[in-house]
Amino acid sequence: MWVYEKKLEHPVRVTCPDVKFAKLVITQYGGPDGELSASLRYLNQRYSMPTNNAKAVLTDIGTEEMAHMEMIAALVYKLTEGASPAEYEAAGWAGQWVQHDHGLFWTDANGIPWSAKYIACLGDPITDLVEDMAAEQKARTTYEHLIAATDDPLVKGTLRFLWEREVVHFQRFGETLNSVQEWMGKAKHVWEGGAMEK
Amino acid sequence: MNVEKQMRLLRQIQEMEFVAIELNLYLDTHPCDQDGLNDYNCAIEKLDKLMSEYTAEYGSLLAQGFHGCKKWLWIEQPWPWEM
Repeated sequence: MWVYEKKLEHPVRVTCPDVKFAKLVITQYGGPDGELSASLRYLNQRYSMPTNNAKAVLTDIGTEEMAHMEMIAALVYKLTEGASPAEYEAAGWAGQWVQHDHGLFWTDANGIPWSAKYIACLGDPITDLVEDMAAEQKARTTYEHLIAATDDPLVKGTLRFLWEREVVHFQRFGETLNSVQEWMGKAKHVWEGGAMEK
Repeated sequence: MNVEKQMRLLRQIQEMEFVAIELNLYLDTHPCDQDGLNDYNCAIEKLDKLMSEYTAEYGSLLAQGFHGCKKWLWIEQPWPWEM
């Protein structure tokens, strides 16, 4: 089960509200390569992982991604704090205000709502771990685009922390992939039990 | 390792944790209820004791807890869906 800690993993600060940037960074909340996608993808893939190391890595990274989702939510909250409908309109985000007021919603930077189509689970540990590594790279690239799209040094600091975590997660997934491949090479029973024999 | 004993202790933790969760939710909407608060504090105290007992014997239930001095025992089976 999960337990909530009433704090963020890393501080989230903004120099001043910036609705225009909120509209962009929301993609890391509910976009294809965002933190919700990441968290659900990893926590859901745990059940078909063959080694303890893989089960632990997916559990722990999936859990950390939930904390990152919370950081992005806090960032969007601060970027839109006190913003008027006119400010949403000027930022090209009037639709967000009309539908959600100051509430958050899982969309990408183009307003497309989150979809389970963003994530996969094939039940094959190699396939799924390779997807996870690709996901970390896609998130890293998105954070680089976002860092380039803001001038706020405090926002850049928060995004750089999240960017760095993608790099570490990619590394850990790579190590997990290696160990699962090694395990599959040794385990005789992996492909036994039916038509799937290779 | 005595798995039966471990499962028994885990069951006690689940029970006491559920008491704490119920009181937690109740207190969220009744923050000034003294009886509720006393019950909650009592449940937390019992839960802490059970958790310490479990951790000393089998390692922490939390990732950020004690998992051995010689080897990282966190990754060891059984995982919750395997119990």
